Amino acid sequence: MSELTLVEAINDAFHVELGRDPNVMVMGEDVGRAGGVFRATAGLRDKFGVERCVDTPLAEAGILGTAVGLCMAGWRPVCEMQYDAFSYPCLDQLITHVGRYRWRTQGGMEFPLVVRMPYGGGVRAPELHDDSPEAYYVHTPGVKVAIPSTPADAKGLLAAAIRDPDPVVVLEPKLHYRTMRGEVPTGEHVVPLGEARVAREGDDVTIVAYGAMVPVAEAAADALEGEAAVEVLDIRSLKPLDENALLASVGKTGRAVIVQEAPRVAGFGAELAAILAEKAMLDLHAPVIRVTGYDVPYPYWQIEDAYMPSVERVVAAVRKTLEF
Amino acid sequence: MAGVLPAESDLRRVIGDGETIPDGEVEGLEERDLLELYRWMVLLRTYDERSVAFHRQGRIGTYAIFWNHEAMQAGSVYALERDDWIFPSYRESAIGLLRGMPVETVLSWWRGHPAGWWNPLDYNVASICVPIGTHVPHAAGLAWGKKLRGEPACAIAFFGDGATSEGSFHEGANFAAVMRAPLVLFCNNNQWAISTPLSAQTAAETLADKAAGYGMPGVRVDGGDVLAVYEVTRDAAARARAGKGPTFIEAVSYRTAPHATADDPRAYIDLERVEEEKRRECLGRYEAYLRRAGVLNDELAESTRGEATDALRAGIAAAEAEPPADIGLVFEHAYGSPPASLAEELAELREVLGE
Repeated sequence: MSELTLVEAINDAFHVELGRDPNVMVMGEDVGRAGGVFRATAGLRDKFGVERCVDTPLAEAGILGTAVGLCMAGWRPVCEMQYDAFSYPCLDQLITHVGRYRWRTQGGMEFPLVVRMPYGGGVRAPELHDDSPEAYYVHTPGVKVAIPSTPADAKGLLAAAIRDPDPVVVLEPKLHYRTMRGEVPTGEHVVPLGEARVAREGDDVTIVAYGAMVPVAEAAADALEGEAAVEVLDIRSLKPLDENALLASVGKTGRAVIVQEAPRVAGFGAELAAILAEKAMLDLHAPVIRVTGYDVPYPYWQIEDAYMPSVERVVAAVRKTLEF
Repeated sequence: MAGVLPAESDLRRVIGDGETIPDGEVEGLEERDLLELYRWMVLLRTYDERSVAFHRQGRIGTYAIFWNHEAMQAGSVYALERDDWIFPSYRESAIGLLRGMPVETVLSWWRGHPAGWWNPLDYNVASICVPIGTHVPHAAGLAWGKKLRGEPACAIAFFGDGATSEGSFHEGANFAAVMRAPLVLFCNNNQWAISTPLSAQTAAETLADKAAGYGMPGVRVDGGDVLAVYEVTRDAAARARAGKGPTFIEAVSYRTAPHATADDPRAYIDLERVEEEKRRECLGRYEAYLRRAGVLNDELAESTRGEATDALRAGIAAAEAEPPADIGLVFEHAYGSPPASLAEELAELREVLGE
């Protein structure tokens, strides 16, 4: 174990995985010479060479498109999209090809690529550096999605994504890249896709969250100390989803508040709420409530805190379910 | 970049017109090569003409016609090695036939039957790309990946004139050039993207002019001249293998058929021009060349056409004999390790269907 920041844990995962498998390569804008704008890929170019840590032209669709071809030549490319909202050009390749190519070949070829990117707001950045685009990715058949909330999971989920036979999108909470530190296992460390994590146990209500919203959920649980025993479920893997963990937790508590930073309509929280409506009806003592970003463009950063789900908004939602 | 000249403006030609323009020759091509190319073109032509008929008979679905494109497809593929990869668009749907793919496989694709979805590793022919130009980066990536592995293979991507307007064409071409990937960018400029003429697609004088912007050579060739297409592709592939990077080939042709069986070009095309182009279509020109060279006679032409017709007859019979696909295939193959929800959904569907 060593204590690392979240971005250091990602860098550690890269060093371990590139060292373990000579087919793994990293590509993206500024990932080589600069080591990534957040330094997630620092040191890889020197250690593994320019052919396995590639500074690409500034072309997100081209990065993912060539990664498809690299997979066909036997590589396992890990593509960095520099920011959440800069990833949208790559959706063309993701939707039309990445999620479909294995199916198209009837399983004859595999496309074990990874797309990873910093995501989310709260960092006082210019426009289009703040989005939570997970719904676009989760909605794409053939593509898996993971979002870590701790340094240990950031390392373990990235390792799992790299080793997975299918394309995986990993969204990393950039707000916590350097502000969050935690114990991270040294050497090989894999957190399997499809397993949620109970971040905190409690019997009265479940707050369901992922990524940067997990610390918000935990702070809300702290604020409710003495008032309610709050369970915090960290989804971690949006697809495949650990439905059993969701149903077990809400089956126990009977109340659910879902927190999502992305806009509300058709967000991933709606999927979680629909699962509870379909499969946990008789366990529920109160309606499922969502606390989300709003259905507006991510706002001017001087007033962005009003957009982000806050501890106060989550606490208010929990009280609403308790008082129902 | 040194060594990259402005794109050629004249079309490269080998086949003459039997009157004022004399026939040329391609060094290294022997009589058996000339006849093999002929067999390939006849097979593609027969495939295409029979497919239009099969569509009218309701035996295949909507079909993208490639009549008069056979010279571009056969000539370029003949210039490649078996290890080289082909990235077709829907206009090259039957190009796998030139790599030994069964006729029924391609017909099954147009029938929407899973038997039509091949494993690219079996032929080094990628899946048919339907959205325009989006496979160009795949071909660039494969070529780059082969080069990184020290393997000698190169790749060829086929696309039309309309594809050069797509962002993915640009990104793929640029990537290939920057990575010096062994790639041949083969543009079949048939001058129409459904109803949109080339003049509405680009303000460039020629499509080959785009190559200079990527730092690669741009070559123009008569797309109806199978021998010229062979020669320019052979040169481009040799250049790719020598580590000199990609080449852009603009093969100039003319779409004499509808875009697809669902299209009626009478609304937008110059029918006189179509008739004129049909009179100089690529297979007829090559046949005349072979006859002038004394390589082809009536008997051989007849037997070659007969073989192709037989192959199509057997192919449609085999495609129609495929058993109906199990609905379980709806849920298979998208994932190597699928989410558990897919198995639940299939079980639910089977229950509703009473299976």
